[in-house]
Amino acid sequence: MSEVAVESPRSAENYLTARRGVMSWLFTLDHKRIGVMYLASILAFFLLGGVFALMVRTELIAPGRTIMGRDMYNHMFTLHGAVMVFLFIIPGIPAALGNFVLPIMLGAKDVAFPRLNLASLYMFWGGAVFFVVVLITGGLETGWTFYTPYSTTTGQSSVVAAVVGAFILGFSSIFTAVNFIATVHTMRPAAMGWFKMPLFVWALYATAIIQLLATPVLGITLLLLALERLFGIGFFDPSLNGDPVLFQHFFWFYSHPAVYIMILPGMGITSEIISVFSRKHIFGYRFIAYSSIAIALFGFLVWGHHMFVSGQTRLASMIFSALTFSVSIPSAIKVFNWLSTLYKGSISLETPMCYGLMFIFLFGIGGLTGLFLGSLSTDVHLTDTYFIVAHFHYTMMGSTAIAFIAGIHYWWPKITGKMYSDAWGKFTALLLFVGFNHTFFPQFVSGSRGMPRRYYDYEKLLPAHPDFHGGHWLSSLGSYLVAAAFIMMAGYLLVSIVAGRPAPRNPYGGAGLEWQTSSPPPVENFTTPPVVGDPYDYSKLRFDPRSNDYVRVA
Amino acid sequence: MFASPNAVIIAMTEADQATHDNHAPFLAHHFDSPRQQFAAGKLGMWLFLLTEILLFGGLFCAYSVYRANHPEMFQDGHLFLDRYLGAVNTCVLIFSSLTMALAVSAAQTDRRRLLVGSLIVTLLCGVGFMGVKFVEYKAKWDHGLVPGQERIAWFVALGWLRKDSPAPERGYQPDADYVRKHLAEHGEEVDDAEATRRAAGLFPFFGCYFGMTALHGLHVLAGMGAITWVLVRSIKGHFGPLYFGPVDFVGLYWHLVDLIWIYLFPLLYLIH
Ligand SMILES: [Cu+2]
Repeated sequence: MSEVAVESPRSAENYLTARRGVMSWLFTLDHKRIGVMYLASILAFFLLGGVFALMVRTELIAPGRTIMGRDMYNHMFTLHGAVMVFLFIIPGIPAALGNFVLPIMLGAKDVAFPRLNLASLYMFWGGAVFFVVVLITGGLETGWTFYTPYSTTTGQSSVVAAVVGAFILGFSSIFTAVNFIATVHTMRPAAMGWFKMPLFVWALYATAIIQLLATPVLGITLLLLALERLFGIGFFDPSLNGDPVLFQHFFWFYSHPAVYIMILPGMGITSEIISVFSRKHIFGYRFIAYSSIAIALFGFLVWGHHMFVSGQTRLASMIFSALTFSVSIPSAIKVFNWLSTLYKGSISLETPMCYGLMFIFLFGIGGLTGLFLGSLSTDVHLTDTYFIVAHFHYTMMGSTAIAFIAGIHYWWPKITGKMYSDAWGKFTALLLFVGFNHTFFPQFVSGSRGMPRRYYDYEKLLPAHPDFHGGHWLSSLGSYLVAAAFIMMAGYLLVSIVAGRPAPRNPYGGAGLEWQTSSPPPVENFTTPPVVGDPYDYSKLRFDPRSNDYVRVA
Repeated sequence: MFASPNAVIIAMTEADQATHDNHAPFLAHHFDSPRQQFAAGKLGMWLFLLTEILLFGGLFCAYSVYRANHPEMFQDGHLFLDRYLGAVNTCVLIFSSLTMALAVSAAQTDRRRLLVGSLIVTLLCGVGFMGVKFVEYKAKWDHGLVPGQERIAWFVALGWLRKDSPAPERGYQPDADYVRKHLAEHGEEVDDAEATRRAAGLFPFFGCYFGMTALHGLHVLAGMGAITWVLVRSIKGHFGPLYFGPVDFVGLYWHLVDLIWIYLFPLLYLIH
């Protein structure tokens, strides 16, 4: 009987069709449906943040006023940063893709606390509502970092609403982290030891540790900031013996580790994809696994590198600088292991792999330019210039967002049960690669020559630096290429849902447990218990051209 | 009186074998056994407690910074707290931790009357603690010692909804006369100008005091809510040797709230 079920997975009910109606989604406890709702919400905010980015780039395409006034510009870049950080990059990979695949990768029926999982989604929506309120009532012009005293004294902007929103989003993030750690510890099958877990699970586990340890500190900081702005309780107000620099310490104690909340899951996806599309066992499994944990722990000791010019002591700056360099070691370990995995592999350049390779390349640039910012002497020159804008866009967008897109393409057949057009996918990847570098590489050049970040206008700088105009012009043009690429991507992915070829069980030949169940999976994830093995052993998988599926041979 | 943890785990392991035939009560569908469910819940609770410690950690860190920068202001500030009330509250919370532990043990060993009774006593201790806290807060409010007091009053009175009531200025002006008298009670005679200066300097201390104790008070209230929930379920007879997770987890939470107070009391009330 079960043989028949295995042979015709499409006839069986799956998680998308088992129950119907809006309520069956809103009150679901199924991690897959929650992941899908997260994915849709997060992509909607990515669109919103992207529109803000295009507004900023369009304003800067020419000197002088182009399309908006100064105050509007301040709102635009602040909201771009806040929406992208809090509503897209931080929740992105763990809450959307992690929620969907983590339990399946562990052969579990669900996460450990399904109700908490649904609660985290509702808190995400609740926090997002506050950001919508910000948009409607006055906007936000403090920069996404909410530095005091700007955030406590100036402007008409809705700092309190934004801060409350970020506070709620923090709890959403904590709930997801608690769920993932408990799931990894207690829901694995007996046969799956720690070192039989896929590296994406390791990455999510390390991410969850950071979310747990860092987010509460942001929570209390934002709470104090809101009280400060509402009531003037004076914690960060020097006229009441408060300390404004303490805010920066608190903020970066969270927000530096937060960059690893952003990047670690992306590294996890890359580890999966590089191995699968090289048809070769991942090189240095344990090094990649341990380096995730090392990054998570080292990441807590380096926040002061955001404050080299904020008046901390020279000794503190030197210590933070040295510790910052130490974080580059586990990151480099990962890169070398990916390159070794590629070496002599039989590489197939399907769409997910294009993005996986793009990740390695762009992360390399983003990481190496970080060295100039970690060194005290060069950082003082580069602080608050476009160099740092380019640096963190190479790591956040060029790495995390690209890895997110890689993961969406890699698991799209599993999530939706449909195949997208690989040709369109590859072409879009190329366009995105060109557009991304077109946008951000010129910013390294302008920034190193002194173009300050966050400036509304650069007309008065042009006599001394005529090249600034060219840099901005190139950058804005590139941003339109990026936008075009994302529109195309949305197009072929949506088309695939309606008209795509039904996805086989294992279209890319992955060896993880998620490829042993049907696409899309049934509500219980597996109709028969999956066979736990090495998640990177491809020797038993053969491509079957009749079904376009990889099948297991004895 | 307390069931040994090993005996409990053995009982749960035996229950694991039994579940293959008949489903254990309150076993969620995605767990294989009551033991797995309990292990997941317990780990989840510890992780949550970790985040609570870090949430308070930010305030403890701010406390250290401000106390290191302004030791004399903390010296002044603690004179305004009643250490006897603080000590009473400490004893109340420690006692409530004992009754909470009794409740957990009673749930594991299926003694429902002891369970319900212990939970009620724990809850009453929470009420007592909040009552004392209210008396303390009221006194501080009456003397204008709360940071941002005028704005809080304006905010609570919904002044921000009315066009004719602008927000009060930011600032910190405790009642200088009260401060002068209070310092005199502690054997320090100061003139009015000095009293005003010392009163304004009380801010970092009372910022920390209200930040820390208010957050702690909110946690006590949340804990009381959780205890009420467990109490209702205990009366319904939901708990027993096979299923006592919620009592255990709420107990852990309550102990943490207690523990944080044990640090707050000396840091705020007993400064030398
Ligand atoms: Cu950093």
